[in-house]
This record gives sequence, structure tokens and C-alpha cells, in this order.
Amino acid sequence: MSGGGSPRDAGTGGGAGTGTATPGRGPRTRGWQRSLKGYADEVRGRVRVGERGPILVVLGLIVIWLIFQSLDDNFLSPRNLSNLSVEIVGTGLVAVGIVFVLLIGEIDLSVGSVSGLSGAVFAVLNVNLGMPEWLAVIVGVASGMAVGAFQGAFFAWLGVPAFVVTLAGLLVWNGLTLYLLGASGTINIDEEGLVASLTSEYFGAMAVAYGLAAIGTAGYLLAALRHRNRNKAAGMPNRPLSEIWVRGGALAVLAFGTAHTLNRFQGLPLALLIFLVVLVVSDYVLRRTRYGRKVYALGGGVEAARRAGVGVERVRIAMFMVSGTLAAIGGLFVASGLTSASPTTARAAGSGMLLINAIAAAVIGGTSLFGGRGSPWSVLLGVLVIQSIASGMALLGVEDSVQFMITGGVLLAAVAADSLSRRAETPGGRPRAG
Amino acid sequence: MTFPPVLSLRGISKRFGGVQALLDVELQLRAGEVVALAGDNGAGKSTLIKVISGVGPADRGVIEWEGRLVHIKRPHDAHALGIATVYQDLAMCDNLDVVGNLFLGREIDRVGILDEVEMERRARELMRTLSIRIPDVRMPVAALSAGQRQAVAISRSLMGAPKVLLLDEPTAALGVEQTSHLLDLIEQVRDRGMAILLISHNMGDIKAVADRVAVLRLGRNNGLFDVSTASQEQIISSITGAADNAVAHRTAGTEEAWP
Repeated sequence: MSGGGSPRDAGTGGGAGTGTATPGRGPRTRGWQRSLKGYADEVRGRVRVGERGPILVVLGLIVIWLIFQSLDDNFLSPRNLSNLSVEIVGTGLVAVGIVFVLLIGEIDLSVGSVSGLSGAVFAVLNVNLGMPEWLAVIVGVASGMAVGAFQGAFFAWLGVPAFVVTLAGLLVWNGLTLYLLGASGTINIDEEGLVASLTSEYFGAMAVAYGLAAIGTAGYLLAALRHRNRNKAAGMPNRPLSEIWVRGGALAVLAFGTAHTLNRFQGLPLALLIFLVVLVVSDYVLRRTRYGRKVYALGGGVEAARRAGVGVERVRIAMFMVSGTLAAIGGLFVASGLTSASPTTARAAGSGMLLINAIAAAVIGGTSLFGGRGSPWSVLLGVLVIQSIASGMALLGVEDSVQFMITGGVLLAAVAADSLSRRAETPGGRPRAG
Repeated sequence: MTFPPVLSLRGISKRFGGVQALLDVELQLRAGEVVALAGDNGAGKSTLIKVISGVGPADRGVIEWEGRLVHIKRPHDAHALGIATVYQDLAMCDNLDVVGNLFLGREIDRVGILDEVEMERRARELMRTLSIRIPDVRMPVAALSAGQRQAVAISRSLMGAPKVLLLDEPTAALGVEQTSHLLDLIEQVRDRGMAILLISHNMGDIKAVADRVAVLRLGRNNGLFDVSTASQEQIISSITGAADNAVAHRTAGTEEAWP
């Protein structure tokens, strides 16, 4: 998941294609062994530069699921898993925004408040002032983008540390939200409306979920094979074909398994589809475009990026705008789930629960707090862990107080792992640069 | 040598507040030649490099590029002329792989979409022609050794087909074997017809790879030696100031490159 961009990173999201190969399958044994050796070398290389593969997190997620399933039979029911796939979206979108900012080595602490703000802006404009829903949505999202631009400019042009700017933002935007809601208190949004449908709409036809799984798998295979062929044409070494099929197969199992589970409840949720589209698009932009390369470069070394002609200030401001925008969109999903915008939820957003969850999701998934390493796909895995814990504890009726402590502990563990891997990054303890 | 020097500096002076960092410094770089820039700490070596690379332009003096007068006021001006600089800190993005670093800022793309295959192909080709041995061009730079990083940084500076290469203490952080690889690389680059200015403290490196040594002392020229004829003692005493300046200049005067 470096900025390196080869199909090995082409997201399965779960990274489920890794390490599942079993040696010794008839005539292709040799190829398998080579593939395994290649994989082992790759893992070694990554560990050496401080990258944790997703495999540990996948194992962690499985353990969490098994524990909750053993405590409550309903945890792994299609209904609960389907709900989980909708619940992750609000936090997940906010976390994707955080990933963009983390990649350039900064942090945005205001995302929780911004998401509350966009929900409130939408509700006040649409419900209280009668603005058309689509326009209110646009204004709500634009407010998040504007906040991001403002904070980004403070950071990039005035040189105020990002965590201070956004910490101030956390309070200011939360205050603004409470101010907007102050006159009316809780605002219930239209339960049949556009925003409400974000989390209540399902594609009931089974073909939709299966079709998406098929498209995803086929897309991965086609991209990987095409890359392989171009590599071959250029006479460059390639990873073994078997590896592509193993990864593709694992992706297919995962995708169709998910589709099957979702279809046993109400089908593919619209929210999940939107989330997946956002992940695919963000990942593509970051990994495959010139612009994305600038973002990774900035995270790898400001001076190096500047000397290579990256417009450092502009990229910085843009990243804060992305995080503000995605926080605002995430906020609409949160409002959609509650079908309301209320001072209580605004206060809760201001208290930082959403912020902590979003940061934890990004970091657990493998995005580094120190910049330059990570990907949007890391969020999918991380937010599943975070939301599974929250959902499981809610199912068991665990009190908020305990939930807070556990979530905080999980975040701390993830950040500690990130810090340790960073320390391992420099071979032989050689000081960096110069 | 019948060609005019690629780069010629005359009367370069620069002052930082009350400190005269450079005074009337002269230097000439010719294609296919390695000039070592030697001098004690604070002699003005880095200041001179910054003058040439446009990071810190001179207050006074004349810079000629292939015989015509030019002004280097910004790093961009130096790039545009064909002057590449490898700084001591290398300025690499540790998180990007070798290919990513080589093409940083000059990626090959089609409508904004990176052409990774083509970039990797050219990167491999470059590594091969320069005989640089790295485990894999898809490895993050952070995982490379100091020598490999230095080699990647130098090959990156060659991407824009420059004519002059400035190297700021490239061997300072390297072990013996890595240093010898690097010196091989410098010779290869020289043989491609580039002019190289090598800042170095290490007399062994200078002896091994440089054609001439220009010594700076307290911001002034303090001798120019032909490496094949000058003794190590001569050069060192010129660096430390133990040498009789008149003698040093007389030696330099016999060198035709010195005007």
C-alpha cells in the first residue's frame, strides 16, 4: 500500500488475497512455491520499511466477530451484518477524508464537528426554510468544503499547525451547529426524502448485489492481467500468474459471500454502494494519477516534493478541502441514520466520538499518522473493526462509559503499532536525511 | 582543450551580513571532466554550490554558460540551463519506490493517469546503463542502503539530461565498498560527457576520480591542481593554508585552464 502502485495493491480492501495460498497443488506446485517465496520476500520488504500488511487486522476482525458471535447468536446474522454495512458508511466516509489529510502528514480534528454542521445546515435549510432538498444537500456539502478551504489556508499560508487550526475548528463549527439548531431544537428530516433514503434504500433485486460482486472481481482481474501483459510486452519481470488468480479468487469469495449475506436480508444497501464507489475513486486518484503522486510525495518529504515542483501549499489546502467535504457527506449519512439533526447529536459529534472513530478506522486499517503511507481501502477494514466493536457492545447492552474506554484503547493500540513500525522503518537506526 | 568551458564563473562574491563568504572566486567546468571542490569547513564550498544551483545567487560576478553570459537567480534558471544538483540530504521521498522517486515531478502520464509500466521500463533501463545494482526498482527508497539511495539520487538528477552535475559530499555517509561503487558511477557519468563538480573532504575520493581540484580557503580561490601531477601534501596544505599562496598560484598559473 505504498504509493508504488502495482497491482499487488489493487484493493481487495480486505487484503483477503494475501497469505491464503496453500502449497502443493498438483502440477503447479513449482509456481506456487515461487509465488509463496515472492510473497514472503515482499512481506519482508514491507516489514523492513514499516508496513504492516492487512493480515493482522483481518485476523483481529475475525476474532472480534467470533467473540461477539459467541456472546450473542444474532451478531453474525444477515440482518445485523447488513445493518453493520450501513452503519459503517457515515464514519467510513469521514475516515476516507482523514486518510487524505494523514497522507500528507497532517491531521484534521474538526471532521466530527464539520459533519454535525453539514447535517444541521441541511436540516435548517430544507425543513425550516423550505429549500429544495437537493439544493440543501449541495449547500450542506459545500459548507464542509468551505470549512476545509478555510482551515487549509490557515495552515498552508499562515503556517499555523494543522492540529491547532482544526482543534479550534472543532469548537467553532460545533458552536455554529448548536447556534443554527438553537432556535428550533431537534429538527426531524423528511423520512421519505433524499437524505433519509441514503441509509434506508436497498436494492432488493438479488442481481444487483451479485452483479456488483461480479463487476468488482472481473474489474480486478482485467486490470491485473492487462498490467501483466503490458509488463510482459516491455520485457519486465512479472509476478506469477497464479498469484493473480489466487487474489482474484479470494476477492470473488469475499465479494460474493458479502452479496449473498446482504441478499438474505434486504439486498445491497445504497449507502454501501456509495461508500464503495468513494473508495474506488479515491484509491484510483491517489494511486494512479499524477495528482495522487504529489500527495504521496508530500507525505514522504516536504522538501523533496517542493524541489520536484509540487505546489505544496495548494495540495495542502486541497487535502483539507477533501477532508471537509467528505466529513460533510458523512454527516449527511449520520443525519440520515437518525432522520434528525439535534443539539444532542451535535454535542455528541463535538465530543469527538465520531472524530476518534474516524481516525481509529484510518489508522487501524494501516494508514500512518506520520504521512505518506496508507490508502483509502485501509478505511474499509478499520471502520469494520471499529463499528463491529460498537455494534457488538450495543447488542450486548454495554454502557457508553465502557464503550468509550474500549474504543479509546483500540485507537491507542493502533497508533502504538503505527509508531513502532515507523521506528522499524530506518534500517540500522540510521538517522534520516543528511 | 579547444572547447569553451560549459560553465565558467568569474569574480563571484557573496556576503552574509558581516561575513564575506565568497570573494572573487573563479571556477571553470568542462564537459567530460570531474572537478573536485575542496576546502576546510566554512571555506565557502556550499555557498558556491548554492550560487551555481540558484538557491543562493551571488552578489557580484559573472557566470558564463557555453561562452555566453547568463544569470542564475532561481533554482529554476539552473535547471533550465542544464545544471543538476544532488544535495547532501538527497531530497528523496522515502515512502515512494525507486521508480516513483526517479520520475518525481516528471511523471509519464496519459491525461493525468500514470503510465507505471513505461516509467518502470525506463527506470530499469537507466539502472542498467549506469550499472546500478538495487534489489528491485519497486522497492520503497526507505528500504535501500545509503549507497543505493545516493546512486538513485544521482541517476534521478540525470533524468533531465543535464550538462553539469553538482554533487555535495556524496560519499560522506558511505562505507568503503559503497564509495567505490559511487566513484564508478561518477566516472560513468563523466564519460557520458558531463561536467561534474564534486564537493569532497576525502582526499582518496578526489585522487581517485577528479581531474582537477579547486581549493577554496576563507572564501577565496587558494589553488587549482591537476590531480595527476599535484601531490596530496600540496593539496592538503593548500586547504589548511599551510602552503605559500604564491607558490600555489604559480602552480595554478601553469595550468592552462586557469585564465
